[in-house]
Amino acid sequence: MEARRAGTVSNDSPLPFQIRGTSSTLLALKVIDPCDPAFFIHLANTLALAPGFYRNAPIILDLAAVARKNPVDLTIFCAQLRELTLTPVGIQGATADWERNALAAGLAVFPAGRSADPVSVHGRAAPLPRPSTARLVTEPVRSGQQVYAAESDLIVTAPVSRGAELLADGNIHVYGPLRGRALAGTNGDRSARIFCRHFDADLISIAGYYEVNEHMEPHLFGKPVQIRLDNERLIFEPL
Amino acid sequence: MAKVIVVTSGKGGVGKTTTSAAIATGLALRGFKTVIIDFDVGLRNVDLIMGCERRVVFDFINVINGDAKLHQALIKDKRVETLSILATSQTRDKDALTEEGVERIIAELAPLFDYIVCDSPAGIERGAHLAMYFADEAIVVANAEVSSVRDADRMIGLLTSKSRRAEQGQPMPQHLLLTRYDAERVERGEMLKVEDVQEILAVPLLGVVPECPSVLQASNVGMPVVLDDKSPAGKAYLDAVGRILGEETEIVIPRVARRGFIDRLLGRTA
Ligand SMILES: Nc1ncnc2c1ncn2[C@@H]1O[C@H](COP(=O)(O)OP(=O)(O)OP(=O)(O)O)[C@@H](O)[C@H]1O
Ligand SMILES: [Mg+2]
Repeated sequence: MEARRAGTVSNDSPLPFQIRGTSSTLLALKVIDPCDPAFFIHLANTLALAPGFYRNAPIILDLAAVARKNPVDLTIFCAQLRELTLTPVGIQGATADWERNALAAGLAVFPAGRSADPVSVHGRAAPLPRPSTARLVTEPVRSGQQVYAAESDLIVTAPVSRGAELLADGNIHVYGPLRGRALAGTNGDRSARIFCRHFDADLISIAGYYEVNEHMEPHLFGKPVQIRLDNERLIFEPL
Repeated sequence: MAKVIVVTSGKGGVGKTTTSAAIATGLALRGFKTVIIDFDVGLRNVDLIMGCERRVVFDFINVINGDAKLHQALIKDKRVETLSILATSQTRDKDALTEEGVERIIAELAPLFDYIVCDSPAGIERGAHLAMYFADEAIVVANAEVSSVRDADRMIGLLTSKSRRAEQGQPMPQHLLLTRYDAERVERGEMLKVEDVQEILAVPLLGVVPECPSVLQASNVGMPVVLDDKSPAGKAYLDAVGRILGEETEIVIPRVARRGFIDRLLGRTA
């Protein structure tokens, strides 16, 4: 096939496009064992925690952990990611072998992440700077409703029903009873916390680490509680 | 211009149609020109409970499709002069309802009536959506049990986000009506207490209608239960109608009847 070349055209007409720099935050999926037969089952379960958040999300495959292993077929791998509604856009942290494989799969090669920050399926490549504003919700959040505070804290002064879902890249504060799901630090910020006056949540998650109601300590129910992440453990404390 | 009230619940079988018939009849008994519209296409119900199923010639769907004029489809109640019924089709399904059609008919009814009561089908699909979309006010019917309360909560969320009023940024007044309330089962811990339901749903309580055999008896003879002056359920519905009209009466919460000492001695029943 003959490659297209830069040709000569008259240069009085304006260019029919513009190229600009942008910066957007992308999720990174740190691939640790792509051959694990349960890989996509675990992934689907994690995504199910915040389906609205992950739907069609552009994602970079962080291959640092598998760089020295034989590449898997990224075309097939990405097809499976798309089935889970993720949109893989590129790879980073891998060797030339992987990079050839990635280009063949239509993926871009991103420069390696800056540090060995814990990047995992739970988080984005780099935590965003601490959010400065908060989203305030004063009406009850009902079953089936979802509220997402992008790049900020979320404050809810009304009840959050069972079957309702709160998502925030920052902290979550709930002043009515919290009976639904609360997911803080959804961009991977492990320092995010959840505070509530009347704790009775269906599910709690910080930076992707989660706990469901039936594994929570019943003595905390109905009490003011804060939840934070300590290493890989969620700590529930009375306030 | 009529006020449009939707009676909705999410969950099925909780008492929407019974409530629609009772509230519409109650409003009509107070002298307000009232029409009740059956949105439960395919499951004709309102006309049965209102005792006019044999008088249905044209229905709501016929009017939407332009096969009949509104006045041909409106059935006047024989007991309460100010009450009319717009029955629905038994042979069609919910796809026969169109947003444009519903809007047009509500607009046509509005100058003729004081109240339009919309009996919603169960679920949150098309029929339920169109029943609530044009409402000015909602009665959310729930039973004191977890699944019904959850569905009511979902419905309240939809009313506050997906109704026309909500889309226009206007408030959508909502009332909670607890029906089929069985004090004995509540006492035994098999059903939720009124306070628990209120705490979860956080909308004003319009009334508590007891579970009572008179409801089935009334519906079997095609009579809205408010016309049975001995029915405790009918009484609770009439009180609820008063509250819709702004009367501030105390809500009676059904309690288990306790037999007194003398009664027990004499073996009398309460
Ligand atoms: N207070 C009550 N006491 C006893 N039975 C009742 C009471 N309210 C309703 N019922 C009965 O419950 C059943 C369901 O009532 P109804 O048809 O009004 O519910 P619905 O919510 O309209 O149902 P659907 O979702 O199928 O439309 C009927 O048999 C009715 O007679
Ligand atoms: Mg019904």
